[in-house]
Amino acid sequence: MRYMLLMCGDEAAPHDGPLPAAEGDEAEPCWMPWAREMQARGVLLVEGSQLQPVSTATTVRNSGDEVLVADGPFAETKEQILGYDVIECADLDEAIYAASRHPVALAGGVVEVRPVLASV
Amino acid sequence: MTPGAVTTSAEAAVAEAFRQEWGKIVASLIRMTGNWDLAEECAQDAFAAALAKWGSDGVPDRPGAWLTTTARNRALDRLRRSKTEALKLQEVAVLSVPEEPAAWGDSGVSDDRLRLMFTCCHPALTLEARVALTLRTLAGLTTAEIARAFLVPEATMAKRLTRAKHKIRDAGIPYRVPPAHLLPERTTGVLAVLYLLFNEGYSASAGGDLMRPDLTGEAIRLGRLLAVLMPDEPEATGLVALMLLQDARSAARLDGNGELVSLEDQDRARWDAAKIAEGITLLEAALRRQRAGPYQLQAAIAACHAEAPRAGDTDWAQIALLYGELRKFVPSPVIDLNRAVAVAMAEGPEAGLALVDELAADGGLSSYYLLPATRADLLRRLNRRPEAVECYRTALKLAPTEPERRYLAKRLAEVSG
Repeated sequence: MRYMLLMCGDEAAPHDGPLPAAEGDEAEPCWMPWAREMQARGVLLVEGSQLQPVSTATTVRNSGDEVLVADGPFAETKEQILGYDVIECADLDEAIYAASRHPVALAGGVVEVRPVLASV
Repeated sequence: MTPGAVTTSAEAAVAEAFRQEWGKIVASLIRMTGNWDLAEECAQDAFAAALAKWGSDGVPDRPGAWLTTTARNRALDRLRRSKTEALKLQEVAVLSVPEEPAAWGDSGVSDDRLRLMFTCCHPALTLEARVALTLRTLAGLTTAEIARAFLVPEATMAKRLTRAKHKIRDAGIPYRVPPAHLLPERTTGVLAVLYLLFNEGYSASAGGDLMRPDLTGEAIRLGRLLAVLMPDEPEATGLVALMLLQDARSAARLDGNGELVSLEDQDRARWDAAKIAEGITLLEAALRRQRAGPYQLQAAIAACHAEAPRAGDTDWAQIALLYGELRKFVPSPVIDLNRAVAVAMAEGPEAGLALVDELAADGGLSSYYLLPATRADLLRRLNRRPEAVECYRTALKLAPTEPERRYLAKRLAEVSG
C-alpha cells in the first residue's frame, strides 16, 4: 500500500522545527539513516521533502470568477506541516513503524499517516 | 421424541453452536475473503440455514464444520454472482486459501480468532470502535445489542462499526497476529479492551435494562479464549483470574435497594465459591511463569480479599505489598492511595495517614474525592474529629455521584455528632 507521511510540528519549537541542513559537504543529511533503515526493511521511498517555513505559504481558493489568494497556511494552528514523504509498504503497521522512526518523530514532532487513494 | 422436542433441541444446538462457533466462522471468512461485511453476512446466513435444517435433518455430527462449510459456500456463491471485478478476484482468493494456513509467521500463533482479536483491537482504531468491533465480530452480539449496552442509538453504533471496518480496509490494517516485536504492546491493547468490556458490565448501575447483554460474561468468555490461544502470556490468564474473582462478588455488591455495598460489609456467603476457586487456580498457574504484570497483581489483590472468610481476616500487609509492586507497572496516584489504605489496615491509621499526606502534598489527586474521603476516615479513626469533619466536607464537594454523597454525609453526621 502507498501512504503519505505528513510531518507536523511547531516550527518555532527548538527541536521540533525544520531539521537543520547538514553542514559541510561530507556530512550526510539527518534523514539518511532513516532512508537506509527503510530501504533495508523493504519500504519503498517514493518521494518526499522538507517544506519551506509556513511564512512562505500561500492559500488559494475560487470565489465565482475570482481567484482569492491569501498569505499563510490553510489552517492557522500551532502545529504545521513541515514536510512529507510518500512510501510504499506492506500495511499500516509498517507505515506506523516508518513514521515512528522518522527524524521529525524522533525530534518530538507528530506524523500523520494517510493511505493514498489510488495506489499505483 | 415429539416434533416439538426435536425443534427445541435443534434450536438449543444452534444457540450452543452460535456461542462456540460464531467468532471462529467470521474470523476464517475474513481471512479468506478480506471482506468483513461479507464474512458477517455469510456467517449469519449459515446460522439461519442451521435453524431451518437441523430441526428436520437432525443436528450434524460436527456442527462447527457444517456451519463453516455452509458459510464458506455461501461466500463463494455470493462472490461468483457478483458483477464487480474486485469481488471476482476475491473468489479466486477464497478458492486458493486453505482452510487453515500452514505457516504462522514468527509469532507462532495459529487461530483465526486471535488474528481477529488483534485486528479489532488495533491501536489505529478508537477505543469505542475496538470494543464494538470485538463484540460484533468475535462475540456475535448484534449492533442493536451493542448499542443498548453502551447507551447510544443503534444508528450511531452501526455507523461506528462501519467506519471502523472501512478504516481497517482502506488504511491497510493487517489481519494477523502481530510479529514478535509488536506482540507485547499489542497484547496489552487486547487485554485492555477485554477488561474495559468487563468493567462496562461490572460497573453498570443497578436494575438496568433486561435486554442488556451480559458484558462481563462476554469479557470472561473472550478472555478465556485469549488465554487458551496465548498459553505463554501469563497476563492473559491473569486477566481471566481477575475478572472471575471480581465477578464472584457481583451478587453481594448491591443491597436490596440497589445501593453499592462496600467490600468490608458484603455478605461473603453470597460470593461465588466456584468462580473464586477457578480464579485462584488460574492465578497460581499464571504466577508460576514468574513474569508478573498488572493483571496478575490485581488478581492477586482480589484473591487476598476472596480468601478471607471475614473482612477482619484480610491479609492487608500482603495487599500493601502487592500495590507496591503494581505501581511499578502502572505508576498512578490512585494506586498509591489504595496502597495507603492497605498500609493503614495493616500497620494502623497513622502509617496510612503519613502516606496519604504525602500524596496530598504531590497534588496529583487534588480533585479526586477519595483522597479527602480516605484522609477523613483515617483522622476519624485517630479521633482527630475536627480535622475529619473538614475532610469529609471537602470530599462531599468533590464526590461525583449521589450514592457516594449519601455515604459521606452519613459519615460526616457521625463525626460531627
